[in-house]
This record gives sequence, C-alpha cells and structure tokens, in this order.
Amino acid sequence: MVLEPKSVRREDNQMAETAEKRYILDAQAAAYVEDPLWRWRGLMRMARDLLRDKVALTGSVIVLVVLMSAVFASFISPHDPAAGNIGQRLQPPGFVNEEGERYILGTDQQGRDILSRLFHGARVSMAVGIGVIAVAGTVGTILGLVSGYYAGRVDDIIMRVVDTQTAFPGLLLALVIITMIGPSARNIIIVLSINGWMVFARITRGIMLTIREKDYIDAAKLVGVSDSGIIFRHAFPNLVSPTLTIITLELARVILAEASLSFLGLGIQPPQASWGLMIADGRNYITIAWWLVTFPGICIGVTVFGVMTVANWLRTVTDPEQRVRAAPAGTGSG
Amino acid sequence: MIAYFIRRLLQSILVIIGVSVIVFVITRAIGDPARMMLPLEASAEEVEAFRDRMGFNDPLWVQFWDWAKNAVKGDFGDSLWQRTDAMHLVLERMPATLLLCSTAIVLAVVASVPLGILAALKPRSWLDKATTSFSLIGVCIPDFWLGLMLILVFAVTLRVVFTSGYGTWRHLVLPAIALAARPWGRITQIVRTSMMDEMHRTYMVTARAKGLAEHNVILSHALKNASIPIVTLAAWELTRMLAGYTIVVETVFAWPGFGQLAMQAIERRDLTLIQADVFVVAIIVVVMNIFIDLIYAMLDPRVRLA
Repeated sequence: MVLEPKSVRREDNQMAETAEKRYILDAQAAAYVEDPLWRWRGLMRMARDLLRDKVALTGSVIVLVVLMSAVFASFISPHDPAAGNIGQRLQPPGFVNEEGERYILGTDQQGRDILSRLFHGARVSMAVGIGVIAVAGTVGTILGLVSGYYAGRVDDIIMRVVDTQTAFPGLLLALVIITMIGPSARNIIIVLSINGWMVFARITRGIMLTIREKDYIDAAKLVGVSDSGIIFRHAFPNLVSPTLTIITLELARVILAEASLSFLGLGIQPPQASWGLMIADGRNYITIAWWLVTFPGICIGVTVFGVMTVANWLRTVTDPEQRVRAAPAGTGSG
Repeated sequence: MIAYFIRRLLQSILVIIGVSVIVFVITRAIGDPARMMLPLEASAEEVEAFRDRMGFNDPLWVQFWDWAKNAVKGDFGDSLWQRTDAMHLVLERMPATLLLCSTAIVLAVVASVPLGILAALKPRSWLDKATTSFSLIGVCIPDFWLGLMLILVFAVTLRVVFTSGYGTWRHLVLPAIALAARPWGRITQIVRTSMMDEMHRTYMVTARAKGLAEHNVILSHALKNASIPIVTLAAWELTRMLAGYTIVVETVFAWPGFGQLAMQAIERRDLTLIQADVFVVAIIVVVMNIFIDLIYAMLDPRVRLA
C-alpha cells in the first residue's frame, strides 16, 4: 500500500483511536449494506454468543442491574436518600440504629443512608447518559446523514467541524460553558452532547457514503422518492445496529464525565444524589470514614466496566472482521 | 514540507482564534458577566458602573476586537481575582502541570509497552488475560477516585508519601499514578492489539528465516511497525491531559498547576483568567497536534507531509 503524498489527511493521523474507529465503522458499514437480512440472523447469533462469552455476560448483567436500580430506585431503597439524621452521622457499614433499622453500607456526613443514595445516584448516571445519547445521537446522526448523502461542500464543512472538535479535548470548554449556564442535570446533558455528537456524525456519514452508491437508492430516486424519504426510509434502518457500539461507548464516557463534573461541583447539585457528588462530599472525611468515598467510586468503576465490556462484545459480534479473528479455529461462524 | 508548515500554521491560528471567540461569546453573551463577578449585594448603580468600566456595554465584536488587539501584544488583561497579569499567572503554573503530565505519561508508557508485548506474544495465556483485565480496569476507574484511594492507602494508612502539595518526589508520585491509570490502560490495549497484528505479517517469517534472534525479530521488526498507533495514542493522551483533564487530579491533590488555576478561575468567575487559560490550552493542543503529525511522518516513511 502506497499512500499518495497528499493523502495525509488530518483525521487519519490525528490519533490511533480515530483511525481504529473508522476502520471498524467502514467494515461494519460494508457488512450491513451487503446483506440486509444480516440484522435478523445476527440477533439469534448474538444471543447464542452472549451465553457463551462469560466476560460479556458479566458485563451485561452489571448493566442490567444498574439500569434496574436506576428505574426502581424509589422502591428498592431501604431509606429516604435525602433524609439525614445528624445523630447517626458517619456510621460504618452494617450499622443498626436504636429502632433496629439497618444501614448496610453505613451513613454519610449528614446521617443519610449510603446504599439508598447509591441507587438514586444510578438513576442520575443513567438519566444523564441516556439524555446525552438521545441529544448527541440525534444531532450527530442527522448531520452525518446529511453529510454523507449530499457529499461535496456540505460534507467538507461538517467533517471539518467534526475533525476540529475531535482534535480538541473538550473538558475545559465544558466546564466554562456549564459555569455560565448553571450546573444542573439538563445542562450537563447539553454540555456533554456538545462534546459527543461527532462520533455519531462520523459513523453515520461513513455508512451513508456506502449506501448512496447502491442500486436501490438509485431506484428510489427514479420513482421520485424525496431526499428526506430516501435518507429516513431507506438509509436509516441500516444505521441502527452499527450505532449500538457507539452508543454503549458514549454511555461509558458520559458516566465518567458526569461523575467528574459532579465531583468538581459543576454537575448535579445537592441534595440530589450523584456518585461523583458523593465522592466530593465524602472527601473531607476520608481519614475517618472510608466508606463515604469508596462505595460510590466502586459503583462508577463497575458500571463503566460493565458498559465497556458490552461495547467490546457488540463490536466483536457486529464487525465481521473481528468475528473471524475472535472465533477459535474450527468453530466457523459465518 | 514548507508549504505543509505554512498551511498547518494557518490552520492552527484559525483554531486558536475560533476557540478564543467561542469562550468569549460563551462568557459574555450567556449570562451576565458583571452580575457574576460582583458580590450579590452590589446595587444596580454599582453594577452599571462596573459594566461601563469593563466595557461590557459595548457591542460584543468591539469587546472582542479590544481583547484581541491587546492579546496580540501579549496583554491578556488583569486577573480580576488576583489583580495581576492573567497570562503571567497561567505561565507561572505551567512547570507544575508539565512536570505532572510528563511524569504520568512516562509512567504509563514504561508500564504498558513491555506488558502489552508479553501479552501479545502469548495470546490467551494467563498473562494475556490478566493484562487485558487490568488495562480495562485502568480505563474504567475514575481518576479522581483512584487518587483518593491512593491517598487513603499510601498517605493516610501507610504514611509513606504526602497527600497534597508540591516540591519533592513524595508529592509527585500519587497524582502521577492517578493520572497515568487511564493512559496506561489504553496504551496497554493498543500495544497488545497492534503487536498481535504485526506478529502475523509475512515479514516476520522472513525475519525469522534469515536467522535473526527472536528478541531482534520482535523488538526491531514487529515493535517498530507497531509503534505508529502506540506513539500516536501516547501523544494524544498527553495532549488530553494538558488540555484540561489534569484539572480533576490537580484539584484532588492540590497540585499547583494550571488545571487547578483554571478551576479557581471558574469558581471565581474570573473571565480574564479563564480566557487566558483557554488560550494557552488552545496553543498547547495545536502544537501537540502538529507534533503528532511529525512523529507520524517520521515513523512511517510512506507518509510524506505535503
């Protein structure tokens, strides 16, 4: 392979991450477009693969547990997450008060139940994560579709913005924006979406570029289907599965980012519970009450671990090239 | 080559101007800077007078033009909080951040490359599995929490190092480890996968057939070719740290770098200081990106900068 002299495009050598992602995306795009039935066959195979792959199974169980805790936080919390009792502050895990109420993971500096706050923290993490995916995913996908469909000048402009933003790590700008618009769950979603739409735009564009060369798109054009009709009715369905990997990776990023923002005091505000905020609050008591900081951190780490594992697994099952490499010789899953 | 540099320079200037404009607009157009900087009990007249003095009543583009004119001359205005030259404050904090980030990236690379190679040499062995798991854990743990856990174990319980401050290696070691965890995990992963890719190439067979010693084959053939993504990723991780991701770790360890300064500026709504800080970050990012391109061209002779 010989690269042309002028072919050192910014995005190709910016970082290995991008190069790696694009490669995967292109392979995915090709696989999906070649075989429209792939999705249905894939679902069956995915279920079978999941049961065999212990790591991926653990990851999905973790994600499921966190999702359930988030949804049913109000029902499964043993105590009110916001109700404190100074009389029983900073009690260690396993503490039982005079009324016989048990605090499995102990209490915090205001005497609130840590376990209940962790459940509600899961709700915040998941809500922010899903919010960002919804906003960034929608905006990114639409821009990617437009970029890939019309190509030319529009494509150049959108991709230039994508490249510039990808090359510029956005935490500092996010902090500045959130200071100005005020910290709240909604504003975290806005800021993290501004930081995250590019990945969706890029994968969508890649797939769109492959699709627009297909005969059925020409056919649709010939019978007079409108541009938006082609994009949404014919191209959109091809995007669903490959976008799944990106969605899970984004979820992991957002959980960590929300925790960092809340830890810095620029995210979720008290008295709401958030894992990052709990760590920030517990920081001052770290020498006398280790459980305040330890448990929320474990929650963040384990959740991100689960989500990442699921993302890795999705990538292996959806990318044909990866599947060939991952499958032990002889088991051929083709 | 010269044309390449001129083009990159122009691009870089555009990025720096762009980022400055964005921050300028965000800080002045959203919200009321005068209200943010003055104490809550300030009267309406005081706010108005302050606005006049700061020029907040001028049209936005006039304000930006004034700022840019001075910025070109190296004058970024006085920090409202410290009442001294904002750029001077930022540059004063540079050495601490550079020390922390370079230590962290060196730690990450030194600890990841050998491990990744060993894992790639024996796929599916226990070492490979352990490496894969630990590198994933490194990527998943929030850095600020890791920092606090390190404080809990090494500074509070074992009392071998200091929890915060700046000066000796005993101050440096914990924040550097906390900051290195994520890059370490990611670099380990990429060393492993890119080495695995190279191990199956035909040139490896040729090298072995020539009778080269195995360590030679691995280190000077496979690793050399695998180094492109590795070096690119390491440089990108360094960029990421310098561009603000140290803020969290610097806050945890009270490390006097410009990440901590940025946080202080944000907390105090010190617009001039924020602007100066972001400007420096933009320059760092742009320079690092050009640097990454250069390394890329150096490592891969097929790539020519044009």
